[in-house]
Amino acid sequence: MITATQAPEKYLEIFDQLKARTTDQFDWLQKQRQEAFARFAETGFPTTHDEDWRFTSVAAVANTQFELGTSARIDEKQLEAFDTSDFACRLVFVNGHFASELSRLPDLSKGVWVRNLAKDIDSAEGAVEDFFGKDLDFQRDPLAALNTALFEDGISVEIQPGIIAENPIYALFVTVPGATPTMNHPRNLIVAHENSQVTVVEDYVSLGEGITFSNAATELVAGDNAHVSHYMIVREGDQAYNFSTLRIQQGRHANVATHSLLLSGALVRNNVHPVLAGEGSECLINGLFMANGRQHMDNYMLVEHASPHCDSRQFYNGILNGQSHGVFHGRIIVHKDAQKTDAKQTNRNLLLSDDAQIDTKPQLEIYADDVKCTHGATIGQFDDNALFYLRSRGLAEAAARHLLLLAFANECLDRMNSPQLRDHLEKLVVAGLPEAAKYSGARSAEGAERNWGEVG
Amino acid sequence: MSLLEIKNLHASVNGNEILKGIDLTVNPGEVHSIMGPNGSGKSTLAQVLARRESYEVTAGSVTFDGKDLLEMKPEDAACEGLFMAFQYPVEIPGISNAYFLRAALNAILKYRGQDEMDAMDFLPLLKEKMRLLEMDDRFLNRPVNEGFSGGEKKRNEIVQMAVLEPKLAVLDETDSGLDIDALKIVAKGVNAMRNKNRSMVLVTHYQRLLDYIVPDFVHVLVNGRIVKSGGPELALKLEEKGYSWTEPELAGKR
Repeated sequence: MITATQAPEKYLEIFDQLKARTTDQFDWLQKQRQEAFARFAETGFPTTHDEDWRFTSVAAVANTQFELGTSARIDEKQLEAFDTSDFACRLVFVNGHFASELSRLPDLSKGVWVRNLAKDIDSAEGAVEDFFGKDLDFQRDPLAALNTALFEDGISVEIQPGIIAENPIYALFVTVPGATPTMNHPRNLIVAHENSQVTVVEDYVSLGEGITFSNAATELVAGDNAHVSHYMIVREGDQAYNFSTLRIQQGRHANVATHSLLLSGALVRNNVHPVLAGEGSECLINGLFMANGRQHMDNYMLVEHASPHCDSRQFYNGILNGQSHGVFHGRIIVHKDAQKTDAKQTNRNLLLSDDAQIDTKPQLEIYADDVKCTHGATIGQFDDNALFYLRSRGLAEAAARHLLLLAFANECLDRMNSPQLRDHLEKLVVAGLPEAAKYSGARSAEGAERNWGEVG
Repeated sequence: MSLLEIKNLHASVNGNEILKGIDLTVNPGEVHSIMGPNGSGKSTLAQVLARRESYEVTAGSVTFDGKDLLEMKPEDAACEGLFMAFQYPVEIPGISNAYFLRAALNAILKYRGQDEMDAMDFLPLLKEKMRLLEMDDRFLNRPVNEGFSGGEKKRNEIVQMAVLEPKLAVLDETDSGLDIDALKIVAKGVNAMRNKNRSMVLVTHYQRLLDYIVPDFVHVLVNGRIVKSGGPELALKLEEKGYSWTEPELAGKR
């Protein structure tokens, strides 16, 4: 049961204005928005009395008046800092609005459909009608409800049966803070039909300082035997609130790997909810969160085994420094007929300061009787034996600590299949690692390291 | 000048005195073996030399290459040319053997004011040492010691030694747990490193290693003291008779 703060009146005003702008959209979509808003108005934002939000208070968000962000004019030069120029296919959204002048959609191969969602809705094309809103349940999640009501744009990706999309599809969501607090609700739809393959990246960044609220929702549908690699990066500013929900629906033998890298933000809440609906499907949830200062990073997993012979793996590593607070809540539900389920969950946390804090909670609900479910969590500081071993080979203490941090982060990076994306994320990780004495060899060494797979 | 000079070394762990007055001199090019029963302090001696902070030195001195070793941090001792092959090498998931070793070598080169090595130069060097220890190229990119068998871990220690080229190598029970084939490979690697400038201290429990790495001097460590010293034949006598025959010697002292 959720006891919640009431949605401020301002949200109603904002919703009414949005409704007026979207009267041309599908009737069913308008209806869905209406129901979603009604649900949000009923429940409001979650509070810490809600079991799923026990360790995370969103009072700061609930008590702030946000306006929907408007599109801001930014140029390519301002985006250079985010290092996305190597990605041939890149869609850019500014405050939730598609920026076509900054986006690159090269001649994509036949069967690969990539557009901004608003265009698909307006032109009644793409996968929207068949897939939008079918899996994300806004009744049970107020933030999903708010997203459904207030979303304006996002990416729409559809890969036809048997098609392998060669290039990763990179979606860069830029939030540009204004003089007053603003919000945006990106909504993404990714559909990989049977036997297809695609890699999609969602990257949330800020340009400038200021209070912002990003509330994203992605529906990812993987058909029978489809392979999807999904990457999510959250690196918004120090006053940014970033919430995201990834709802995955998998068919028979579908294989989905989702990798999250949470680097910054005042309050980051990352929900990952796969449903293994088809027999023999597999899901890998791989995450690294690095919190500093007074940042709060909450990772909520809900893995549902709804079919027999499915495998799921959750690996989350947290590095907590300063007075930061990390949360890992890993739920696994094994439904009655999901025999031969193989589920594993591991959360490892490094606390680098006396004031850093981690709450880690596994939650296994098993209703079938022939399953394998394991879970484990570790919380610790650096291993003294490992530190001594490194120092005994000539590495100074600070360099040894840095190497161990890199090693810890590498556990996550090493699970990423795409070398291009692994390199991209590794640069972000190295730049974001705590410790003042950055080991100078790290970057060049890593760059060179990549060659050894080919040579050795 | 001696390379290593230990005088009246006393050391404790958790308040218990383990080393009760060790005297030892190692000159350049010499291979010394230190043997003794379990609990005699062999590993403690190795760890103290490698500057493990949890071991407290309560008396005595250690001079390494003319410098005060006891004043050094572990990384300084390593950069000055001391290498310890661990009895229980540590696994470090997430960092490859190649990355780690290059970082270590570069730290030492930098300390000596020499140029660091880039990956392209380092790779052939590492491969050469790996071949010496008969380790597969696959080991390059695998995380440090992760999933390695006991024998592979010990061979990896010798690979590291070969790359880092120390002045003094302390091998802490490198032979324990190895089968005869692994032992021969390790010995081959260690022997290839022997030269007139490099010294070694082999801490062993079993004599068998010394058939393959023939020491110049053998010392018997019992109850925290060296009770007997001699040439390689001393090791054979220990194998034949065990350690207890040395005890009357101990009773005879103080």
